[in-house]
Amino acid sequence: MVRIIDRRFDSKKKSTVNRQRFMRRFKRQIRRAVSDAIEGRSIRDLDSGEEIAIPAKDLSEPSFQQGREGIWEQVFSGNDRFASGDQIDRPLGGEGGAGSGKASNEGESEDDFVFQLSREEFLDIFFEDLALPNLVRTQLAKLTEFKTQRAGFTSDGVPTNINVVRSLRGALGRRMALGGPLSQRVREIDREIEALREDELTNAEAIRRLREERSALLVRIEAIPFIDRFDLRYNNRVRVPKPVTQAVMFCVMDVSGSMDEEKKSTAKRFFMLLYLFLQRNYEHIEVVFIRHHTIAKEVDEDEFFHSRESGGTVVSSALRLMTDIVTERYNPGAWNIYGAQASDGDNWDNDSPICHQILDEELLALCRYFAYIEITAGEPQNLWRVYEGLAEAHPNFAMQRIESLEDIYPVFRELFKKEPA
Amino acid sequence: MSDIILERKRLPAGAEWTFEAIDQYHEQIARVAADYQLDTYPVQVEMITSEQMMDAYASVGMPVNYHHWTFGKQFLATEKQYKRGQMGLAYEIVINSDPCIAYLMEENTLTMQALVIAHAAYGHNAFFKGNYLFRTWTSPDAIVDYLIFARNYIAQCEQRHGVEAVEELLDSCHALMNLGVDRYKRPPKLSLAKETLRQEERETYLQRQVNELWRTLPGQGGNKSAKEAPRFPPEPQENILYFIEKHAPLLEPWQREIVRIVRKVAQYFFPQRQTQVMNEGWASYWHYTLLNTLYDEGLLADSFMMEFLHSHSSVMYQPNYNDPWYNGINPYALGFAMWQDIRRICEAPTDEDRAWFPDIAGGNWRETFDFAMRNFKDESFIAQFLSPRLMRQFKLFSVQDDDRKDKLAVSAIHEERGYRSLRERLSNQYNLGCREPNIQVWNVDFRGDRSLTLRYQPFNRRPLAKSAEEVMKHLARLWGFTVRLETLEADGSTSLTYECCKEKRHPRPAA
Repeated sequence: MVRIIDRRFDSKKKSTVNRQRFMRRFKRQIRRAVSDAIEGRSIRDLDSGEEIAIPAKDLSEPSFQQGREGIWEQVFSGNDRFASGDQIDRPLGGEGGAGSGKASNEGESEDDFVFQLSREEFLDIFFEDLALPNLVRTQLAKLTEFKTQRAGFTSDGVPTNINVVRSLRGALGRRMALGGPLSQRVREIDREIEALREDELTNAEAIRRLREERSALLVRIEAIPFIDRFDLRYNNRVRVPKPVTQAVMFCVMDVSGSMDEEKKSTAKRFFMLLYLFLQRNYEHIEVVFIRHHTIAKEVDEDEFFHSRESGGTVVSSALRLMTDIVTERYNPGAWNIYGAQASDGDNWDNDSPICHQILDEELLALCRYFAYIEITAGEPQNLWRVYEGLAEAHPNFAMQRIESLEDIYPVFRELFKKEPA
Repeated sequence: MSDIILERKRLPAGAEWTFEAIDQYHEQIARVAADYQLDTYPVQVEMITSEQMMDAYASVGMPVNYHHWTFGKQFLATEKQYKRGQMGLAYEIVINSDPCIAYLMEENTLTMQALVIAHAAYGHNAFFKGNYLFRTWTSPDAIVDYLIFARNYIAQCEQRHGVEAVEELLDSCHALMNLGVDRYKRPPKLSLAKETLRQEERETYLQRQVNELWRTLPGQGGNKSAKEAPRFPPEPQENILYFIEKHAPLLEPWQREIVRIVRKVAQYFFPQRQTQVMNEGWASYWHYTLLNTLYDEGLLADSFMMEFLHSHSSVMYQPNYNDPWYNGINPYALGFAMWQDIRRICEAPTDEDRAWFPDIAGGNWRETFDFAMRNFKDESFIAQFLSPRLMRQFKLFSVQDDDRKDKLAVSAIHEERGYRSLRERLSNQYNLGCREPNIQVWNVDFRGDRSLTLRYQPFNRRPLAKSAEEVMKHLARLWGFTVRLETLEADGSTSLTYECCKEKRHPRPAA
C-alpha cells in the first residue's frame, strides 16, 4: 500500500507572497507599464485586469557567465551534409544550427517579460496615491458613528438577546433526537407485553423483565432536560461604521458640434477613469452626469458615455443646471461636492463671462473642488482664458489641458494627487 | 481458465483515475521494480492541482522554500505559459528526499499517473539513492527540514531587519549561487536539530573569528611589508559564498546565516545540474521497461499502451540541427538511447562493441547498469559509454566556432576517425568546468585596503560575459570593501578586468 497523500485541498496560493514581492520590487516599471496601458484602448477595459510587459533586462538576475568570444565547440544531431573539415559560413542572427546554442549565453535578444495583473492589482497601482481633495468630514467623522445591524444568531450572548423561538426549536430537536429511539423502544415493549399477556403464567418472567426495562427507559426519557444550555440562541447584532461623509461628483461634458469624435472620446476616457476611481476608492459616492451643448441635461451613466446627440455650445447651461441640482438635492452642509468639467473650450463668446460669473459667485463656494479639463491640441480657447483668473482667487479650482490621449493619465494624477497630510 | 485469471488481474483502464486505481498500478510497478532489483527510498505519492504544481515549479521544485521575488517571477512566467497552453506542465516533480516524494497532478489521465509513478517514484528515486554525486552532496533525509528551518529563519530576519535588507542580501547571494558550491569536498550532513542548536553558537563564534582577523591590522607604516605578506587565503578558494560567509568583514551574524542558507541550497542542486542526461535517461529507461514488462504480463490494456507510447515517443524525440524547433541535444533522448544501448552491448554485442567496450560487452546488463548509474556523471558517462553506433544513429557532428577565423569548421562527424573526438567534445559540453567560468578567490589585501581579488581563468580564450559587472556589484555589497576581478591571460600575466570600489563603512560592533 503506497502512501498517497491528497494535497489538493491544502492551502493554495503558496506563491502569493512571492508574487507580492515581485510586484513591490518592480513597482516603478509596472506603474510605467500601467500608464502606457491607457493609451489606445478604452478605459472601460481596465476594469478587467491587464497584461503588463516590463523590460526583461530590468529583472534579469546576473551571474558569472562566459562571453561569446573565444573558441566554442558544440555537438549537433542530424548531420545530413557535412564532412569533417568542412568550412561553414557563420549563420546570421543565430539562425540555423551553429549559432543558436551560443546566442543564449549573453541573452542579447530578450523579449519583454509579460504577465497578467489581476484587476485588483492593476487598479491598486492605477489609482495609487490619488484622492479627492479637501474631503473634509471623512477624517473627522470616520470612527464616531456606528449603527448596529442584525447578523444572524450566535450560541453565545447576554440573556436579553435570547431568541426564544430559535432556542426552543433547538431544544425540541434535541429532545426528539435523544428521546426518540427510547420512546420507540417503550412502544415496542408495550406491544410485546400485550402479546405475552395471552399466556400470562408461562411468560411471567419475560413480562417482568420487559416491565423492568420499560421503567428504566422511562427514567432515561425523564432525564432528558427540556432545555439545555447549548440550545440557547442569541440574536446577533454587529456594529458597522456608518458613513457620514457624503460626496457627490458632477461630471460635466461638452458634446457640442465643435467637439469632434476624437475629443469626445478623450473626454469620455477621462470621465471613465474618474468614474472608475470614484467607484473603487469611495464606497458611498454619488455621481451626477451632465451633458450639454446649447442646453444641458442630466443623464444616466449609459447615456452619458454612449449617447450621440450633439449641437451648439452654451457652457453656462451646464453650470446653471449643476447649481440647480445642488440647491435642490445636495445641501452643501451635508455633502462634499465635486465637479469635473471637460470641454474643448470653444464656447459661444458671450457665454464665457457668464460661466466665469456662475463659478466665481455661486458654484465654487459650494464645491470642495472643481476641475476644468480643456481638450485641445492647439492654442487655449476662450473658456480657458476666462477661467485663468479663477484659479488664483479660488484654491479649490484647478485647470489642466489634455492635448492627446497620452496626457489623460498624467493629468488625472495631477488633478487628484493625494495631498501630503 | 487462464484467460479468466488474466482478465481479473488486468489493471483498470480509461482516462479517469481513482486512488484505488493508482494504488493498484503502484503495487504492480513496485513489484516489477523489485524484480529488477531497483534499490529505492520508500515512495510517497502526493496528489496536487495544477496551481500547486506551478507553485512547486516556481520554488525550484521544492515543497517549501524561503520567500523571494525571483520565485514570484518564475510563478508569473509559468502561469502565463500554462494558461496560454504553450507548455503542458511537466508530468512530474520528484523530490530527492527520504521518503522520496513524487507529485502527481490532478488533471493527468490514469496512464500518465502510472507513467509518472514508474518514471519518478522508481526511476529517479533509484538514481537519487544510488548515484555517487547525490550520495555525496545531498542529505535526502534532512533537506525538507532544512528548508523549513531556512524559511523560518529568513522570515524572522525579515521581521527584525526589514524585508528590503533581506531581499538585497538574497539578490547578492543568488548572483553568486553557482560559485557557492564545494566541487570536491564533501559537505557535512544536514540536520534540523543540529542546525537550530548550533546556529547561535556559530553566530558568536563566527563573529569572534572575524574580529580576530581584523585585530591583526598593523599600525601606521604597515604598507611597507604588504608585498612580502603571505597571501590570504593561502590557497585559492573555489567556493566564493563559503569564503564570504567565513571571512567577509562587515556582515552581521544573521547575514552570514543567510549566505550559508543560499550556499546549502545551491549545494543541494549541484548534483542535479551534472546528471541531467544520465538521470532523465535512467528514469525514462525504467518507466519504459517497467510498463512494458507489465504489458507483457498482460496487465495493461492496449489503450493504456497506446497513450503511454505516444507520450513516451514525443518526449524522446530528437529534432535535427536544421529543424526549426531544434534546441540542442535532448537529454531525455540521448540518455534513454544510451541506457538502451548499454543493455544492447551487454546482451547482443557486435564486433565493434567488443572492440570499444571490452569490459561490458557480453556482460550482465543489470550489473553494468548499476555500476554506471552509481559511479558516473554526465560528462564521464558520455566519455565512457557513448558508442559509435549511437553517434551514427544520432548523426552527431561537432562544429568549432573560433572568433579568430572567418568560418565555422566542422571538427568531427560520425565516422571512424571522428568517434573519439566527437565523444570527447560531447562529454566536454556537459562538463561544468567548461560550461561555467572558473573563478576563484585569489587574495584579500587585509593589511591594506581590505580589497578582495578574484581570479578568472578563461577556458578556450572565452572572456566573461557583461553580466559580470553586475555580479561584481553584488559581491562588493557582500564583501563591504573594494572587489576586483583579474583575468589570467594565456601567457601567464594577469589583467584587471573589473573593479567595483566601495568605501562605505558600517559601524562595527564593539570588540
